[in-house]
Formats: sequence, structure tokens, C-alpha cells
Amino acid sequence: MSLIALTVHEAGEKLRRREISSVELTEAVFERIAATDDKVHAYLTLARDSALEQAKQADTRLSTEAQPSPLLGMPIAVKDNFLTRGMRTTCASKILGDFMPPYDATTIAKLRDAGAVIVGKTNLDEFAMGSSAENSAFFPTRNPWNLERIPGGSSGGSAAAVAADQCIAALGTDTGGSIRQPAACCGVVGMKPTYGRVSRYGIIAFASSMDQVGPITKDVRDAALLLQALAGHDPADSTSSNRYVPVYSEALSSGVKGLRIGVPKEYFVSGMQPEVENAVRAAIRQLEKDGAKIDEISLPHTEYAVAVYYIVATAEASSNLARYDGMRFGHRAEARDLTETYMISRDEGFGPEVKRRIMLGTYVLSHGYYDAYYLKAQRVRTLIKKDFDEAFKRCDIIVTPTAPTTAFNVGEKTQDPLQMYLSDIYTISINLAGLPALSLPCGFDGDNMPIGLQIIGKHFDEPTVLRAAHAYEQATQWHTKKPKI
Amino acid sequence: MKLTRESVQRVATLARLRLTADEESALTAELDHILGYMVKLNKLNTANVELFSHSVDNLNALREDKVTNQSNAEALLANAPERDQTFFRVPKIIE
Repeated sequence: MSLIALTVHEAGEKLRRREISSVELTEAVFERIAATDDKVHAYLTLARDSALEQAKQADTRLSTEAQPSPLLGMPIAVKDNFLTRGMRTTCASKILGDFMPPYDATTIAKLRDAGAVIVGKTNLDEFAMGSSAENSAFFPTRNPWNLERIPGGSSGGSAAAVAADQCIAALGTDTGGSIRQPAACCGVVGMKPTYGRVSRYGIIAFASSMDQVGPITKDVRDAALLLQALAGHDPADSTSSNRYVPVYSEALSSGVKGLRIGVPKEYFVSGMQPEVENAVRAAIRQLEKDGAKIDEISLPHTEYAVAVYYIVATAEASSNLARYDGMRFGHRAEARDLTETYMISRDEGFGPEVKRRIMLGTYVLSHGYYDAYYLKAQRVRTLIKKDFDEAFKRCDIIVTPTAPTTAFNVGEKTQDPLQMYLSDIYTISINLAGLPALSLPCGFDGDNMPIGLQIIGKHFDEPTVLRAAHAYEQATQWHTKKPKI
Repeated sequence: MKLTRESVQRVATLARLRLTADEESALTAELDHILGYMVKLNKLNTANVELFSHSVDNLNALREDKVTNQSNAEALLANAPERDQTFFRVPKIIE
């Protein structure tokens, strides 16, 4: 087996047994990137020199430490909306120019402490706004399974890099599905933890009440290992939880016998690709065969989630993006006065989708519309969260499709923003309610494009989500399929 | 209710975004379409529904009022579009 195809747990074993070195593994990853990234375009910035330096240090630590971290020496890709000290961070926007972060995001600091090797920064939809990675100000990322298809978004670069073996694992962020939907499109595992489980400090803010960091990996065990390294309280993020962090890998082998699984009837509606429905139904039968109890449930306010999300998320985004004023960092245009400097800098710096969302967010917060849109949406958000609270009285996890279709063609939805927003229909409610959810492969459509299964858990019940996902993965082995590039 | 071009101009000014005439007409149509979709929320009676505040119960996060970060003025100023010694240079704001 080639080095690049290894998972974190497989590579970790080999590293700790000194069968391979981190430098060898890192070199192999960079060779793979050199051979494939002119097709996939997953990376915005490569950090070969610093990565090899970190790999050398990891090899030293591997030979001296008694209890090395599972991530020690592991080449990991990072979405380009994490601040990385001394490594250019763009958020796939022109407005940040060649921004050089003066500090690390807490999650990046944790990776560095664990001895991970940071390969580079991956492409995304500008400011994480999009479902296809086409809204990058630099270039669109392509799906390794079919280069004419989108990789999903916004963490499209991270998902594509994992699928193409251009890293061993990756980090993404998820505000409305931005980890899970690209993971589904690229046939890999993506997990959005409970809101507050992982620090948001040093993540470029999009919608602060929903943004969450999570892993994109080749299998479920790797997701557990990465989540372990990322989770925990951070004094620098007042919304991070100080709840006890369980040992996630211990939950993996318990199986699904007796587990109560809810299947929401509102998630199987017209408009979804029949092959997606068939694959998800087959996955549910598999879980039932392995001893889970399946129950149809109702999440009655599902149909309102897209409307609520695109009000709340754009409102928060319009406030968060007010900081891009061209004064202390980023792009500044030449203009006659201060107001014009703001207006032209922002016009030149932001792409069309970001402008659209700033406009929408400003509108729903503006005088005369605030009650009708923003407050209305915040009330319906309460109803959406209550739907889940009710459902979780009857079940332990909820299983749904991750996305209504497999990856669509590049350019297919760029002319119709609302159609693009509807690709998040199964993922956004989970962010509105702050729940943990994971997507993993559950089959392929007739064009050999991967299909994703979403497993949703109770707040802070990542162990049960991981346990069900691992049981399904081991029973089916979809995760072992690789794209040919 | 149809979104007017004047409302789009007003919102663009609030958001400090310069828009070209083409962008203005495109956004008027797109935002009208998207806001039209949002109208479905009015089907729900939410008179007695609480406003959402937090998805996860969290106590107020308090800490001691003391400086914990180190000064890194040079690294911060390194990203400035324009600087003057240890200051950010900005356009004149008072005539």
C-alpha cells in the first residue's frame, strides 16, 4: 500500500513503530500534490519547507517520546479560513490580500502541539459562503471523482485533498453544511461537532452562532482521533464549552445493537435524486440488520430551515464582514474620502456571492425589516431546535441523506443563488440547532459519484454519532473506494 | 412586496458597498427572488415563540480582568495597507 493512501491511524502505527518516517510520509504527500493538483486545484498555499521542518522535528519526537500523540508527524491540510501564524491566509478572498496572521487559531496551535505537519491551506468558497467551492476568488476546486463536477463547499479544497490522497486528513469549518456536504460529494468522512465543542478562536468569522471547526478524514476512526485533538474549552472563545471531553475512539467498537435511530419523514421529499434515496434507505436497512431499532420521526419545521438560515447567517455575516474596511489590514483602494475608501475597497475586494450575502444580511437587519425578517427567523429557529429536542426523546441518533443530490456539474448552479442555497437543505437545520453531525460514504450513483449518509446526534453526544458511523462503515467498506486521477 | 432599486441603493450605502449599475439591477432581481422565498415564514404563527438565543446551555463565561496577551504590535502593523512608524495611516476624517 502506498504511503499517501494511509489513514491517520494506519500511518500513526507505522510512524510509532518507526517503519516509516514523517519526512518520508510528508515527501510522499507533496509528490502526490505535484502530480495531481494541476487537475484538482485543492490548495491555495503550499508550505513545503515548513512542513518538512515540522516533519523532521516530529521524527525526533517519535524517537524520544514514550506516549506520542496520534497526530505526531501526520501531514494535515487546513482550510484557508484558519489563521496560521506566518502562513498566508486568504479566506479565498481578494480583500485579505496577502494577509499574514500574527497568531495561530487555537485549533492550529493544538495541531502544532500534537506534532502534526501542516501541508498547506486549501481552497474554499470566499468567506466560506457557498456549496461548490466555485466562489473562490482564485479558482474553482474540482471533484477528484470527476473533474467536471464540483467538490462541494465551502470546505471543497479540504474534502478534495483528502479524497485525492493529497494529505492524510484535513480540517474544515461548517456553518450550514460546509464540512458534511463536500465530504459527501467527495466520498470521505466529515464531522461537524456540537456548537461549542471546538474553539472558534482564530477562525475567520462567517456566522458566529453556527460556525464550527471539524475534521475531514478517510475513515470514521480518523474523525474520532482528530476530534480528540481539537475538542475542549478555550478561554479565548467565550462560547466554547467546558464540558468533559470523552475519549472518542473508545466509543467506536460498541456497535448499534439496541440503538434507537430516527428517520425524519420530511427529509425524503420530491426533488432528491432517486439513487441518493435508495442508498440512504439501504444504509438504514443495514443499520437495522445490525441490531438498531428504526423509527420514523417528524421534524415538522424542516421546510423553513433554508429561509431561517439564509436570514440568520447573512445577518451575522454582514456584521462580521464590516471589519473589512481597508484600514488595518487587507485591500485598500485609492479614493477621495473615508466613506469612498470603504465603499470602493469593499467593492473591489469582495466577490459577487459575498456581496449578495452582505446585502441580504444588511437588508434583514435594517430599520423596517428587522422584525419581519430577522426576529421572525430567530423565532422559527427556536421551533426548529424544539423539533430536534422532541425527536431526541424518542431516538438516540437521526439518520438522513447529507445532500439531495451527488456532486453537480461545475457551473450548473452559479446563475441561480437560491438553487445553490437549496443544496444545503439537509445540513443547515443541524447548525441552526447546534447539534453534532457526521457524513460518511454510503454508495455511488450511476455516474460513479459518491453519496453521503448523515448521522445527527444529541448535543455533545459525538460518541454515539461516531459509534453508529463506525459500525456502518465497517459493515459496508464504501470508504475503501478511491477515485482514479 | 417588490424590492425596489432604491431600497437596494439604500442598503448598499448602509453596507458601505459601491455597486455598479449592472450589479444594482442584478441584485435587485436576485434579492427580490430570495426574499420572496423567505415569505414562507409568515405561514407560521410565532406570537408565543421565544426568540432563539443559544443552541447549547452555557453559563456566562467570565474571567479575571487582566491582560494575558503579549504585545505584538509589529506583527499587527505588518499587515497595514499604510503605516507611519507605530501607527496605522488612514484617510483624513476631519476637515
